[in-house]
Amino acid sequence: MGRELLSIEHLTKRYGDLTVLEDLSLTVQEGQVIVIVGPSGCGKSTLLRCINALEPIQGGIIKLDGQEIDRDTKKLPELRQKIGMVFQSYDLFPHLTALDNITLAPIKVQKRKKAEVEAEALQLLERVGLKDRAGDYPRQLSGGQKQRVAIVRALCMHPEIMLFDEVTAALDPEMVREVLDVLLDLAKQGRTMLIVTHEMQFARAVADQVIFLDGGQIVEQAPPDQFFEHPKTQRAQKFLNTFTFETIKNHGGNDYENQA
Amino acid sequence: MPDLGFEVLLKGKNFARLMGGLWVALRISLISVVISIPLGILLGIVMTWKNPISRVLTRIYLEIIRIMPQLVLLFLVFFGTTRTFGWDISGELASIIVFSLWGTAEMGDLVRGALISIPIHQYESASALGLSSGQTFLYIIIPQTIRRLIPLSINLITRMIKTTSLVLMIGVVEVLKVAQQIIEANRMASPNAAFGIYLTVFILYFLACWPISLVAKALERRWQ
Ligand SMILES: Nc1ncnc2c1ncn2[C@@H]1O[C@H](COP(=O)(O)OP(=O)(O)OP(=O)(O)O)[C@@H](O)[C@H]1O
Ligand SMILES: [Mg+2]
Repeated sequence: MGRELLSIEHLTKRYGDLTVLEDLSLTVQEGQVIVIVGPSGCGKSTLLRCINALEPIQGGIIKLDGQEIDRDTKKLPELRQKIGMVFQSYDLFPHLTALDNITLAPIKVQKRKKAEVEAEALQLLERVGLKDRAGDYPRQLSGGQKQRVAIVRALCMHPEIMLFDEVTAALDPEMVREVLDVLLDLAKQGRTMLIVTHEMQFARAVADQVIFLDGGQIVEQAPPDQFFEHPKTQRAQKFLNTFTFETIKNHGGNDYENQA
Repeated sequence: MPDLGFEVLLKGKNFARLMGGLWVALRISLISVVISIPLGILLGIVMTWKNPISRVLTRIYLEIIRIMPQLVLLFLVFFGTTRTFGWDISGELASIIVFSLWGTAEMGDLVRGALISIPIHQYESASALGLSSGQTFLYIIIPQTIRRLIPLSINLITRMIKTTSLVLMIGVVEVLKVAQQIIEANRMASPNAAFGIYLTVFILYFLACWPISLVAKALERRWQ
């Protein structure tokens, strides 16, 4: 594993009186894939939003490449370019085609050449199987296709780290796979990623480290096999149990009839 | 075929006078529209501010203008100011003032609606991509706002053109007033002129507003 890319030290985040994250510390090495799991409302989205400075924080320091991420810094747009983020809801710009969605920021923010950016965008689109949809508007794309375009849009900025917030949660089941495959492909390329997901099998396959977040803190951090096979804390065990179902035995219906 | 009184149109300069009247109506509405659009955009932006004072003031302005019938506003500005402040403004100027006040209020509300209907996610994904707030407005928010706004503001323009028929009440000689004058003058010679002349006025209004509605529909279709 490479150098330390992202470091979060003693992060505290409150909404009014509600403390969502408390004294949370985490470091991410270059090339690491960290999956964040935890019950609904435990602050997973909030954590990612703080990393991208979409939320003001009440304590602690977040650093990318040694540079502090601070909502007031002049360098914020520059820092944000190094952080690619994909949200749960399809957040493409509806008035732009898929291609223009992807190339807008590289051209306007990074001042790169249009021809070069478009060539790269098309190449990335091809990689996610959407080259022929480059000229389509978001409303012409399915949920899974929109999400893949959103991933390409983030990629095209050449970010150093990518944040994914439940990118498959709003998708129909048959489209989940096509998006997760793209993420697996990115992991294989050695990209640094923080992924929030409820897809446990996927988490197991993609993660270098799994973080279990609950009560505003990191309750457990472990490699995936260890976390899923032998969770150390009770809270993690309980959480993992919510994803398994007891098998119903004797479902021939006879038992029920006999009782009746 | 009954006598519809169209022949009156051909007498003297009657048709040209009607067209002149139409031009007065269109001029009042177009000048008011040109004033209302920039002011309405400003008003709409101010209406989205969280500041309670600007909220209350803009709200009061909007409600007053909306509740008051346009005719009352016209009387107030035309007769009221002449008496009270001794201003001697022409009927046409009074009309432009009233229509601009009204258009600004309506346009402001349209702009406010278009702005707040843009989901917060659009702002967030733009800033997550490193766009500055200026760039976000320029490339993301304004284009989406305009797309929502154009069909609505075109409807407002046609409403303003139609409502100019009220200005004859403060003595402005616009198309309807000209029509009345022509009918009046030909009462003896062509008692049926009312039908033909008013029908012509109807067609003229239609010809002025229809293309505008068509453009609105085409834009609406193009932008989903
Ligand atoms: N803008 C906000 N204002 C006030 N409270 C908020 C806000 N955003 C989130 N919260 C609260 O913060 C807590 C954490 O929310 P967050 O969205 O980070 O949870 P999550 O772990 O992402 O949940 P989920 O799995 O449902 O997406 C929740 O209790 C939520 O109600
Ligand atoms: Mg969430």
